[in-house]
Amino acid sequence: MSSVASEIPLIAIVGNPNSGKTTLFNLLTGLKQKVANYPGVTVEKKIGECYSQHGKKLRLIDLPGAYSLNARSPDEAVLRDVLLGRRPETPRPDRVVCVVDSANIERNLYLVSQVLELGLPTILVLNMADVAEQREWRIDAAKLSELLGIPVVKTQAVTGQGLIELKLALSRDDVPATKWQSAVIPAGVRAALEQSRGPLCETGAIHAKASLLEPLYLLSGHDPTHSGLADAQMNRIHELRKSIDATFPGWEDDLVAERYRSIEKLCADVLKRPDQEKVTITDKLDRIFLHPVLGFANLLLVLGILFYLIFRVAEGPMGWIESSFSDLGKWVETLMGPGDLRDLIVNGVVPGVSGVVIFLPQILILFFFIGILEDTGYMSRLAFIMDWLMSKVGLNGKSFLPFLSSYACAVPGVMAARTIDNPKDRLVTILIAPLASCSARLPVYSLLIAVLFPTKEVGAWTQSLIMLSLYALGTGGAFVFAWIFSKTVMKGEASPMILEMPPYKRPALKSILLLVWQRAKAFLVRAGTIILGISILIWAASTYPKTDTEDKSLQLANSFAGRAGHFIEPAIQPLGYDWKIGIGLIGSFAAREVFNSTMSVVYAVESEDDENLDPLREKLAAERRADGRPVYTPLVCISLLVFYVFAMQCISTIAIVKRETGSWKWALLQLGYMTGTAYVLSLLVFQIGTAMGY
Amino acid sequence: MPSTLAELPIGTDAIVQAMPTGRSCLTRLREMGIVPGTRVRVTRRAPLGEPIEISVRGSQLSMRNHEAAFIAITAA
Repeated sequence: MSSVASEIPLIAIVGNPNSGKTTLFNLLTGLKQKVANYPGVTVEKKIGECYSQHGKKLRLIDLPGAYSLNARSPDEAVLRDVLLGRRPETPRPDRVVCVVDSANIERNLYLVSQVLELGLPTILVLNMADVAEQREWRIDAAKLSELLGIPVVKTQAVTGQGLIELKLALSRDDVPATKWQSAVIPAGVRAALEQSRGPLCETGAIHAKASLLEPLYLLSGHDPTHSGLADAQMNRIHELRKSIDATFPGWEDDLVAERYRSIEKLCADVLKRPDQEKVTITDKLDRIFLHPVLGFANLLLVLGILFYLIFRVAEGPMGWIESSFSDLGKWVETLMGPGDLRDLIVNGVVPGVSGVVIFLPQILILFFFIGILEDTGYMSRLAFIMDWLMSKVGLNGKSFLPFLSSYACAVPGVMAARTIDNPKDRLVTILIAPLASCSARLPVYSLLIAVLFPTKEVGAWTQSLIMLSLYALGTGGAFVFAWIFSKTVMKGEASPMILEMPPYKRPALKSILLLVWQRAKAFLVRAGTIILGISILIWAASTYPKTDTEDKSLQLANSFAGRAGHFIEPAIQPLGYDWKIGIGLIGSFAAREVFNSTMSVVYAVESEDDENLDPLREKLAAERRADGRPVYTPLVCISLLVFYVFAMQCISTIAIVKRETGSWKWALLQLGYMTGTAYVLSLLVFQIGTAMGY
Repeated sequence: MPSTLAELPIGTDAIVQAMPTGRSCLTRLREMGIVPGTRVRVTRRAPLGEPIEISVRGSQLSMRNHEAAFIAITAA
């Protein structure tokens, strides 16, 4: 970091989730933001620039939303570590802006009081002042400022009201130290914390000059995320924690009670609530949206709109992207002479880039939709209604939307899992999301069902019924694995489902659009490069080594991919497949729908129209083994269908899972368990079916 | 009078009397404002019976019966 940058004061924005903190940050910084991840964790780090009312340049950091410095999630651990100056890559902020939801002031003051005790100059922002006024809550900001001894500003982030006052407060050269009296720590606990200081200093977990709060929050942390602590130091912390737990059972709970006592005393002086709570718009809306019948009807309507948007509306731009890239390929073809380089560009790079960009319409639409749901407050209601169902498989209501979105495509679905704040539920949701039968499986399902039951012989009803049972099979599999993973993965970290039900409010559109843009950019940069790289590799595998033949089918059979098909034949023979199907399976790793086009090349089907399955279907139905039996018997088709329901054959999903979980570990586990399940189930189908004489 | 928050009928006020200490899942509920002495009210149940929505310190929270059953209450 340059010395100039470090002279610009760093101001941290801190607050509870739902306090409107990020909207305020976006309002202050606009597009001047940098988004990255904190090293080692999948927590977003947002830094931006703004100018104070007097034109002084400031750096702002939007710290993750939290309820307490007593960390229970990676988000909260990052907040604690940054505010204590424990993260080497993030300097300790010079000042703090604490954002509070005015209509929820008592509970929000819990975090505020913890932050005030850290001794950083702090400005308090009473956001969403309008909601508090609607409820006829009278908050005496002047009195609060006097009692805490710090500047207090009222704002309304959605409309931008109070922004100038906040910028004026940011202009102040000196922010006075708070008069807040630290919440009482019982003498025994205090002594124990003092004693823990020695061993913590010895291991280097804290500095000798660290305040008592540092051991306090290290010992009371409930999340394994810690910046810069080695295992030995963590073990020492666990030992110390155990010994305090043994001597003073429930000490953390006593501290919470003490803190709320102080907050209640403070609120008695500054907050006046009406004797009879007002019936708010939120109460009225919830009578409809959470009604046992109307609530469900409304939920179906919302999901219907979502499905319409990501299936139908996204189709248009996806079509344009595909045809533009294919035109681009044709244009390059006319521009360059034939050769390997042209092949690479036309058949490798252009389709590869197209395969990345093609996801954008769905990602943009889904994130805009989710942004609206979250910002208006409806997302919590959706989670509230669906929680019971999701709890049966060990997840919570917030997993519902990301899973549902995965029926369109797992890539935006996995990205949407960011809205799940419980890290364990988030990971399990990501792991099972690709079991939802996505739209890329649809062409493969259609082809194989058509081979299985040509429409002439059985009605469209049977075809639809088979299609439906494939969706049911994937969904059932997802629930079974969700249950298994929630019992095994990250065991012992059961955290309760506590859902805030914020008041409904108008969405801050600009802020949502900014978020959508940041998500899309992150996808293109982080996942897009991996997807592009692997699709070029797959192209190369099916192109080289080259043979002197015009016959595309022979060429493919002779390529690395073709040889790989032969190579894996012994492994897939028990499932009923031959090496040609093996090539299809390998090609499908780029994207599942590639199966159809690969098989067209394998069987040398000339078709003008990709959408028309008939020529390929007839070819498959006519294909015979050496002994004259058909290759695509009904049993083989079913075995293949089962394989496609369960197998992880999508590099784009693998890339996004790697990015969203921060490691290859989970992406590979997912690849393994899904493809393993696919293999075993298809094997069972084929072997049992054969034994039964089908 | 029902004895835990999970049994409290919709729309009735009650005071939190006691919560078992040293349970990590309950510590978070305490941090979110539910401590002994706090006034609470169940505002509704989800259509499928769980979770429940409660009103505490002027705002709404929801939780499952499993946690609510730990929270002992007395009449307001």
